[in-house]
Amino acid sequence: MRSTSRSPDRPLAGGLRRRLPAPRRLVAVWRASLQLRVVTLTLLASAGVVAVLGVVLVGQVRDGLLAAKTRAALAEASAGLLSARTQLAAADRTDPRALGPLLDRLTRTLANRGGEAGLYEVVLLPGRDTTDVAGGSGRASNDILPASVPPRLRRAVVEGRRQAHTYTRLWYADGRGEPGLVVGAPLTVAGGDYQLYQLFPLRQEAQTLSLVQRTAAFAGAGLVLLLAAVAWIVTRLVVIPVRLAARTAERLAAGGLDQRMLVRGEDDLARLASSFNRMAENLQRQIRQLEELSRVQRRFVSDVSHELRTPLATVRMAADVLHESRASFDPAAARAAELLQAQLDRFEALLVDLLEISRYDAGAASLDAEPVDVRTLAHRAVDVCLPLAERRGSALRLELPPAPCLAEVDPRRVERVLRNLVVNAIDHGEGRDVVVRMACDETAVAVTVRDHGVGLSPDECRRVFDRFWRADPARARSTGGTGLGLAIAREDAHLHGGWLQAWGEPGGGCNFRLTLPRRAGMELVRSPLPLRPPDARRAVTLAPGVRRT
Amino acid sequence: MKGRVLVVDDDPALAEMLGIVLRAEGLEPSFVADGDAALAAFRAVKPDVVLLDLMLPGTDGIDVCRQIRAESGVPIVMLTARTDTVDVVLGLESGADDYVVKPFKPKELVARVRARLRRADEPTPEELTIGDVTIDVAGHVVSRAGTPIALTPLEFDLLVALARRPRHVFTRETLLEQVWGYRHAADTRLVNVHVQRLRAKIETDPEHPRIVVTVRGVGYKAGVPAADAQHQPLA
Repeated sequence: MRSTSRSPDRPLAGGLRRRLPAPRRLVAVWRASLQLRVVTLTLLASAGVVAVLGVVLVGQVRDGLLAAKTRAALAEASAGLLSARTQLAAADRTDPRALGPLLDRLTRTLANRGGEAGLYEVVLLPGRDTTDVAGGSGRASNDILPASVPPRLRRAVVEGRRQAHTYTRLWYADGRGEPGLVVGAPLTVAGGDYQLYQLFPLRQEAQTLSLVQRTAAFAGAGLVLLLAAVAWIVTRLVVIPVRLAARTAERLAAGGLDQRMLVRGEDDLARLASSFNRMAENLQRQIRQLEELSRVQRRFVSDVSHELRTPLATVRMAADVLHESRASFDPAAARAAELLQAQLDRFEALLVDLLEISRYDAGAASLDAEPVDVRTLAHRAVDVCLPLAERRGSALRLELPPAPCLAEVDPRRVERVLRNLVVNAIDHGEGRDVVVRMACDETAVAVTVRDHGVGLSPDECRRVFDRFWRADPARARSTGGTGLGLAIAREDAHLHGGWLQAWGEPGGGCNFRLTLPRRAGMELVRSPLPLRPPDARRAVTLAPGVRRT
Repeated sequence: MKGRVLVVDDDPALAEMLGIVLRAEGLEPSFVADGDAALAAFRAVKPDVVLLDLMLPGTDGIDVCRQIRAESGVPIVMLTARTDTVDVVLGLESGADDYVVKPFKPKELVARVRARLRRADEPTPEELTIGDVTIDVAGHVVSRAGTPIALTPLEFDLLVALARRPRHVFTRETLLEQVWGYRHAADTRLVNVHVQRLRAKIETDPEHPRIVVTVRGVGYKAGVPAADAQHQPLA
């Protein structure tokens, strides 16, 4: 049975089927159709049973026919032999010249006798050590060939000196052959040994048998076809509802939550339908609940956003006005205005990041993908960070491929990811170089941001994307990052179906790699850039969990 | 210099603060706190720029924006607390020229308002063609085969920017700088939405634009003038 979990590969299988060579196509059809399998197996099994039955039946009929014929033929042969002996006894034994015509007559008479077993032919052959007194090698009635007598029978008659019989094929002078029964017996004529063979044609029996065989074959074939038809109808009765169920399940899986099956009667299929419907009902209710929850959550985030931002906008402007005129304040008030201004920046950044991450939590983040040359995004992200890098004494190096790297991405989000990575690298880079590398192949584009600062242990690499996580709590916050930057960056990467991974070694700096599919919705298989930078100091094997982002 | 600004915002503190900042810049703000009263206030004040909060009691900001746009091309700058694509795009599609996300710095807001005011100042007598459309820059008239096409000032500026340098491909960032007056890279959705609005008005078939042409992965450029376009199939 085709399970619903297999259904997604059906279109694929269908597509392949057209291109497959014939035998594999047959295998595919065979695997795909329950009905075909049932009908074929029924056909094969019933054909086997019918064939065995037919062989046994025909064998029985043949044995019966032959037994009756043999009984009659043996009786007839004995009577013929007796008559021949009587005739020979009555004949003149002294005249050798009369012997030839006598034997001729004898052969003819016997052949004309006929009887219960029908007409038969006669062959009279001389014995091995008997010279035929009448000349010739033997006599045969009508146009039967003496060669019809099998040598094996002849030996049995000569050596056994008694009556024997066998089935064989009778041959005639005109080339005709037919099945027959040969009964042979020794006959003494004028002191010489002869064998008298009576050959009974089995024409009638053969005809009867072939009629029986034909009838049996036709009846068998009819029976097999009938069984196949019955199997086809029965499986149809079962398979059609199952196929309907599969189709409904596929539609349900594709998001048609209000898909239901038709419940008819009270049989097993009806039970299947009603439990399927119950399952769909539960599924639908739960999904609705989740959707409602997510909607409420999104609404809440949006409301909080608005409610917080409006007063914050007023505060922000007020602080700005104060800041502008701080020259006319006394020193304490002026410093207070400066602090207010600076901390408002931080507060704002934190609010923005919090709202962004809660948007992700609510599943409300949407991708605005458009084809963009990712190099320009890297350029922009680096440009924005130049002043910060200058303050920290880090040189920013950009290694971009010469050709454009077009990818379907959300430029706002990707630029934000790159900015976050670069700021993070400058922040932990201890004033050393920060290198942004980029590469792309047919399927993916990758950007790595490498710093040569304090680095991370493999364990820290796993936690670096956690919210509000800090590598060293004792270290002072330098740039006043919100602690959410990398968490958001990772969510941004996931939204694209991409990867964001971290590599690091204590004392050897870090390397963050962003890999994005070039076409939206495409599955990533590999990244054009290695996560372990070529200038890594030690061969460090990463814990497997780190690769999975 | 013109400088009447209509502030449509229901938060009294923010409105007052906006008033302080705008007056400090030499602009003349007037205020309305209710969406339902916004259109009447707009007709009474005849502002040069509208600052419009998207969340309002009564008629909401999006509808107010549509109402104003229906009778005037006056520049509208939205104030929004929402940065979600749907909210921003909805606001832009309803006719806003630009938007500022709360909380904003006073300088940023003033820069946006000034950018919207400045545009009308330097008309030069000039006639441009783009596709089969002619632009009379001084007269602020765009027409196809003598039939005028109504555009908002911003859409007009966008079209003129493209038409002045035919065959030049403009990135979205360049357009943001030239048309909107952003000095730093900002939200390119502004450009996308306004190009769509512009196309809806000037293209004969907006599905297959011939006047504002997309250059995949880069930006936009002006379509080929009508005379050239006729020769193109032969080439």
